[in-house]
Amino acid sequence: MIIVVLTGLITGIISGMGIGGGTILIPVLTLLMGVAQKSAQGINLLNFLPTATVALYCHIKAGRVRKDLWLGLVLGGVLGALLGSWLANSLQPEYLRKGFGVFLFCIGVSEVLKKGSKEEQEKKEKKKIDQKDQISYVSPAHVLKSKKHRFKNKRKRR
Amino acid sequence: MLGVSVKTGFFGEINNKMVGLKKGFFMKVKEFLKKHKKTLTFGSVIGFINGLLGAGGGSLLVPFLERIMKVEEHEAHATAISVILPLSIVSSILYVTRENIDYTLLLYVAIGGTIGGLIGAKLLVKIPKKWLHRLFGIVLIIASIRMIFS
Repeated sequence: MIIVVLTGLITGIISGMGIGGGTILIPVLTLLMGVAQKSAQGINLLNFLPTATVALYCHIKAGRVRKDLWLGLVLGGVLGALLGSWLANSLQPEYLRKGFGVFLFCIGVSEVLKKGSKEEQEKKEKKKIDQKDQISYVSPAHVLKSKKHRFKNKRKRR
Repeated sequence: MLGVSVKTGFFGEINNKMVGLKKGFFMKVKEFLKKHKKTLTFGSVIGFINGLLGAGGGSLLVPFLERIMKVEEHEAHATAISVILPLSIVSSILYVTRENIDYTLLLYVAIGGTIGGLIGAKLLVKIPKKWLHRLFGIVLIIASIRMIFS
């Protein structure tokens, strides 16, 4: 039972961050605890409800949820979910699942390889420029340039 | 003659008012659709995938918010939870009625899960964007492999 609570904890941390905890919970339940696949999926779903409620409370308090996007996404989402679960009985989504898996894999790889956002890149560039400045104080070329600069400034002053 | 008199009479006024109300309502709907065009279409795609495959909507939502809507990373993750929660409430109601679930096991998982959710929500701000991307990517890869070989 300690294992179960621990996996619950890890799952909660990951899904509280909005990454997707079911990916870890379902394999642990099916492989280690010998729970049936469908039952594990149900446990994962029901476990998400209190976890997400608590996490959402925290996020909303911190003002991290974009309310302007929320309404459209939820309305569209409910419509799509009704259509999808209605079609799930008549369609056999086996190939779709595999295709979607490949697509997700590509997104995952691009996420892992993604460089930092623009702000971070700008920060890095700034750091590089700073380093260049620090080095060029020693280099003669920069000294010459700076002397020229001084000359110009003196001329202007005169 | 009778029709004309009715139209200009009391019922005519009500009818005109009703038409006005209807126009206003449709205009509002149109404005709403225009305003939320992107989110509505993408929300329905996510809901459709979630309903059809039973998983994977949320993992698609975060990259969509980041790349197309240009939402800041931490905000995108928080918004994704807020969208997935109502969807999973609906699908969990369906699950409870269809499948039988081991509730004692659920209790133990949920105890850990709730505490973890609180920790995770507080931790999210402290994780730098680069590592958030990497962690998310790794979880996505695991999920996709499970999806392909299930």
